Amino acid sequence: MSVAAFTVPTVTHSLSKDEELAEKISVRDLDFFYGDNRALKSISVPLYRGKVTAFIGPSGCGKSTLLRILNRMYDLYPNQRATGHVTLDNANILSPSQDLNLLRAKVGMVFQKPTPFPMTIFENIAFGIRLYERLSKSELEDRVKHALERAALWEEVKDKLGANGLSLSGGQQQRLCIARTVAVRPEVILFDEPCSALDPISTAKIEELIDELKDDYTIAIVTHNMQQAARVSDFTAFMYLGELVEFGETTRIFTTPNDRRTQDYITGRFG
Amino acid sequence: MDKSLYASRRRRNGITMALAYAATGFGLSWLVLILAVLLWEGFSGLSLSVFTEMTPPPGSAGGLLNPIVGSLVMTIIAVLIGTPLGIMAGTYMAEYGRYDKLTTVVRFINDILLSAPSIVVGLFVYEVMVAQMGHFSGWAGAVSLAVIVIPVVVRTTEDMLTLVPDTLREAAASIGLPRSLMIQRVAYRAARAGMITGVLLAVARISGETAPLLFTALNNQFWSLNLNAPVSSLPVVIFQFALSPYRDWQKLAWTGALIITLAVLFLSIVARILTAQRKTS
Repeated sequence: MSVAAFTVPTVTHSLSKDEELAEKISVRDLDFFYGDNRALKSISVPLYRGKVTAFIGPSGCGKSTLLRILNRMYDLYPNQRATGHVTLDNANILSPSQDLNLLRAKVGMVFQKPTPFPMTIFENIAFGIRLYERLSKSELEDRVKHALERAALWEEVKDKLGANGLSLSGGQQQRLCIARTVAVRPEVILFDEPCSALDPISTAKIEELIDELKDDYTIAIVTHNMQQAARVSDFTAFMYLGELVEFGETTRIFTTPNDRRTQDYITGRFG
Repeated sequence: MDKSLYASRRRRNGITMALAYAATGFGLSWLVLILAVLLWEGFSGLSLSVFTEMTPPPGSAGGLLNPIVGSLVMTIIAVLIGTPLGIMAGTYMAEYGRYDKLTTVVRFINDILLSAPSIVVGLFVYEVMVAQMGHFSGWAGAVSLAVIVIPVVVRTTEDMLTLVPDTLREAAASIGLPRSLMIQRVAYRAARAGMITGVLLAVARISGETAPLLFTALNNQFWSLNLNAPVSSLPVVIFQFALSPYRDWQKLAWTGALIITLAVLFLSIVARILTAQRKTS
C-alpha cells in the first residue's frame, strides 16, 4: 500500500498557523513497568486541548499502556508502576496523593469491548451522573437524554430506556458506553481501540461522534486502523517497542514522516 | 492408507464408548433405585397429618411437624449467619485481596473447611457452645449448620465474582466509581445469579446434615420453638426413627427422607434455572 492510497485528511484537520495550542495533558519522560519489564521508555508527548490525538503502532508497542496511565487505570493491578511526569492542567496525576476517582471522573475512557453495566439503559447513564451530582428527577432525565443525544443513540433507545443495556447491539452498546462517559462531564476522553469489535457502519458512526465530541473535549484514541487515525485525528503519535518514534500533525505524519520506521509502518511494510 | 489402523481405532472407540455408557448407566441405575425406593416407601406415608401433627410415641399416629419446623428454623438462622459472612469473605478474596498472600491462605483453609467431615463441625460446636452452656440447644444446631454454610458461600462468591470480567471493573472505575460502589452496584449485579445459586446449594447441603445436629440441637419430640432448648430436626428424626424397631416410626422416617429429597431437588432446580439465566444474559 502506498502513502497515496490513504485519504489525505481534509482541510478541517489542518491547523491554521495562528491557532493557540494549549496542552491539556503533558507527558514527560514517562517510563512504565510491568514488574521488571519496562514497557514504556521515556515517553514525552502532549495532548492538546480540544484536539484529537491518535496513537498508532504495532501490537505491543505500548500505546494502550500509555492511555491507561492517563487515568491511572493501571492502579487497579499490582506490580505496575509509572515513573516520570504526567500533568493534567499542570497538576501531576502520578502523585500518590492524586484522588483516583476524581481523576477518572475528569478523564473518561471508552474501551475496546463495549462494557455496559448489567442494568437498564437509563441506569447505565444515570448511575455515573448521580455519583457526583445531586439532581432532581427531571434534571437527571434531561442529562440522560442529552448524553444519549451526544452519543447519537437517543433516537434508537428513547422508547426502551428501561431495557437492559446488554440487549443492545454491539455498536449501540459502544455508543451507550460513550454516552455514559460523556454524562459524567469529563474534560478528556480516552478511546482504547473503540471500533475494533464493531462493523464498518457502527465504526463510521463512532468516528463521526469523535469528530463532534472534540469541540468540547480533549480526545486521545488508540487505534490499529491507520485510515481511522488519519480520518479522526488532528495529531498522531507513532509508537514502536515502547518508544515514541514520532509525533506531529496527522497530515504531516501521514504524508511526510521524518522517521524511517514511521514511514515503513504507515505504508504497511510491517506491523 | 492402512485400513487396519483405522479399523482398530474404530474398534477401540467402540469399546471405550460402550464402557462409558455402561458406567453412566451403572451410576444412574443406583440413583434411580434410591429414588424409586424412597418414593415407594415414603409416598404412601405422605398425608396432611405429616405436616400438622407432632412426632408420635411408638404405636400411635402422628406426623413430622416439629422436625420440619425445627429444620426450617435452624436452616434459616444458619443461612442468615453464614451468608453475610461468606459473601463478605468471598468479596474480600475476589475484589480487595485478589493478589494478596492472605487470600491464598484463606482459600486453602476454606477448601479444607469445605470438605471437612460434618461430624467434626458438630464436635467443634459441641465443645464451644453445648459444653459451655451446659445443654443442647437450637442455637448450637444453627451455628453448626452455619459453619457448614460459610465455606460453600465463600467459594461460590469468590468464583462468581472472579468470573465478572475485569473490563467491567475498569469501566466502572473509568467513570470515577469508588471500589465499594463498583462491587455493590456492578460486580454483585453481574454475579448475582451465581451467588444466589451458591446459597441455595449451601441450603441443600445442610438440609440433610445429621451428624452436626446430633451433637448440638439433639432432638425434641415435643413442639418447641425455644432455641435455648433442644430442637427437633428432620435428619435426626429420620436417623432415630429409621433405626427403631417400630414399623410406624420407620414409615415416618421414609416420609421424612422423601420430604428432604424433594426439598433439595426443588432447590437444585431453582439453582439450575438461575445459572442458566446467568449464561444467557
